[in-house]
Formats: sequence, C-alpha cells, structure tokens
Amino acid sequence: MHIPDGFINAPVSAAAGLVAIAGIGLALRGATKELDERAAPMAGLVAVFIFAGQMLNFPVAAGTSGHLLGGALAAILIGPYTGALAVSIVLIVQALLFADGGLTALGLNVINMAFVTVLAAWPTFRLLVRLLPRTRRVWVSAAFVAGLVSVPAAALAFTVEYAIGGTGTFSVGAVLTAMLATHVLIGVGEAAITALTIGAVLAVRPDLVLGVRDLLPRPVLRPRVLAP
Amino acid sequence: MNSRRGVWWVVGVGLAISLLLAGAVSFYASSAPDGLDRVATDLGFSSTAQDSAAAGSPLAGYGLDGVSDERFSVGLAGVVGLAVTGLLAFGAFTWLARRSRRPGPAGRSPIGDAPTS
Repeated sequence: MHIPDGFINAPVSAAAGLVAIAGIGLALRGATKELDERAAPMAGLVAVFIFAGQMLNFPVAAGTSGHLLGGALAAILIGPYTGALAVSIVLIVQALLFADGGLTALGLNVINMAFVTVLAAWPTFRLLVRLLPRTRRVWVSAAFVAGLVSVPAAALAFTVEYAIGGTGTFSVGAVLTAMLATHVLIGVGEAAITALTIGAVLAVRPDLVLGVRDLLPRPVLRPRVLAP
Repeated sequence: MNSRRGVWWVVGVGLAISLLLAGAVSFYASSAPDGLDRVATDLGFSSTAQDSAAAGSPLAGYGLDGVSDERFSVGLAGVVGLAVTGLLAFGAFTWLARRSRRPGPAGRSPIGDAPTS
C-alpha cells in the first residue's frame, strides 16, 4: 500500500504533501486533548507496534501479500488524532530510512494510511459501540469491523489519487476494481490483528482503550501512575 | 478492585512483543508483492515507479547494508527501525501530553475547554 515515487504525478503529490502537513497540524492540536500521562506511553507503544506489524507481510492470495496498516488499531486505542500521528511517524521513518514508499509520495501515503484509515475506522467503531450492548465481545467485534473497512477505504483513496494524477494510462474503473478486490482480502487480516490486539488490551486494562473509555461501567478516576 | 497492571507493564509487554515481531518474526514475512504492487504489475503501471531519493539508505528495503546473513540483516533493520520509531514517538507524545496539561502558549489554548478528565 506504500506508493512509490512516480505512480502519481508531481503536482498531485505536492498538493497531497500540503494536505498531509495541514492534517498533521490539525492532529497535533487534537491530540493534546486526547493525551495525558497515562496515554502518552500507550501512544508511543502503538507507533512501535505498528512499525513492527507493517514489517509482517501475510499472504492473501496467490502471489500477493498484505500487511497491517494500523490506523484502525491506533484510533481505537489512543484516539483518532493521536492515532493518525502515530501512523504518520511510522510512515515518515519508513520513507526516510527504509525507502519504503516514495519521498515525494509521502504526503499521499500519509493521507491514505494515516488519515483515511482513521477516518473510516473511528466513526465505524464509535457508532457500533454506542449502539450495541457494552460487552467486551461487542467491542472486539466492532474493532474487527473497523479494521475491515479501513483497508478498502485506503485503497479507494489511492484510486482517487490515481484518477487525478496517475501517470499510468489505465482506466480508473480497472484500477478501482483491482484495488478493492485485493484490499478487501487484506482488510480481513487487518481486522483480525486489530481485534486480537484490542481484545488483549481490553482483557488487561480496558481503561487504556480510549475508544471505549466513556462506556466502561464505572467512571475510572484518573489513576496516578506511581513511579516504579 | 483487583490488582491492576500498571500502564508501564502493558507498554513493556507490548514493546517486547514488537521487538520479537520486528527482530525475529519479520524474517518469515511473505516476500510476495503487496496489494498495490500486485495491482500495478497486473495492470501494467508498475514501470512508472521511480527509485526513492532514500534508496541509498543503509537500511533501504529492510536490510542492513554489510550484513550478509539475511536473517540478521532483516532482524537488525527491524530493531533499528523500532528504536528510531520509538524514540520519535515517545518523545513527541510525551511532549504533547505535557503541553496538554499546561494552559498553553497564548492563543493556542481553546477557551473554556477543561483538561480531559
């Protein structure tokens, strides 16, 4: 899902860079409302975990692999703004150090994998957990669905970018069909990893899952983190 | 309530799992092209890809230059990437969390917005 340099022309890539910068600015402002002393280390962990998860390509079909994008997981655990920042940090490290995703395409990649995934996953998750019974099973299932929708949403975003600034000459319809067909499958992997991870944190410390914190049976008073 | 695990316990376990995944399990990751590469190859626009300006990085392609054993090369690249990501992320989020508890520089603090409870 990392776009290399050259797929999308320079003007659209540059415009995407500006959108990404504006979005990160917005996320920085939003994140100050989500972060407190208990959330900051969790946010750091989420970025590290997503970096590790993105290294693990899993096979999805003959000759095709996919990997975690992490936007759904990040948004549910640490909030949409902080989550978008965490994924952005991973993408910047990957582009600069690992040449994974182009440098001029960095803005496009931030939009698709950090913003669009969060924008698809967070409202989906919140809608489900607010409508459905407040049980751990429901929350884990909602995390699954949020992960599932986030990947085709990112694939759709790529198709839009391709339609506007693709350097190839293939029909948008063909790109759309191929992108969605592949990424629905990758979405199942994303969904499984997201549900598994959220389930694990819910089992240990449900109050560390920002996406359900307001739904927990008792309002958890801010526990002071004692120095070890 | 029963004894709860501390935040740093959860974070520590998470970091250990991440280290294991990036440092060891990553060697076994599928090397097949990912969804986008596959589509680009099948439809025939993969040739429009250009080398990134960062392609000369000693870590490019998730391998450490000069380490011939592929298992070590991938694992070390993963550990380095993990460390860099961790330093950036823990630094940035700790800084942001501190900022959020202060009134903030003039003009940036949303008026009437209490700190998150």
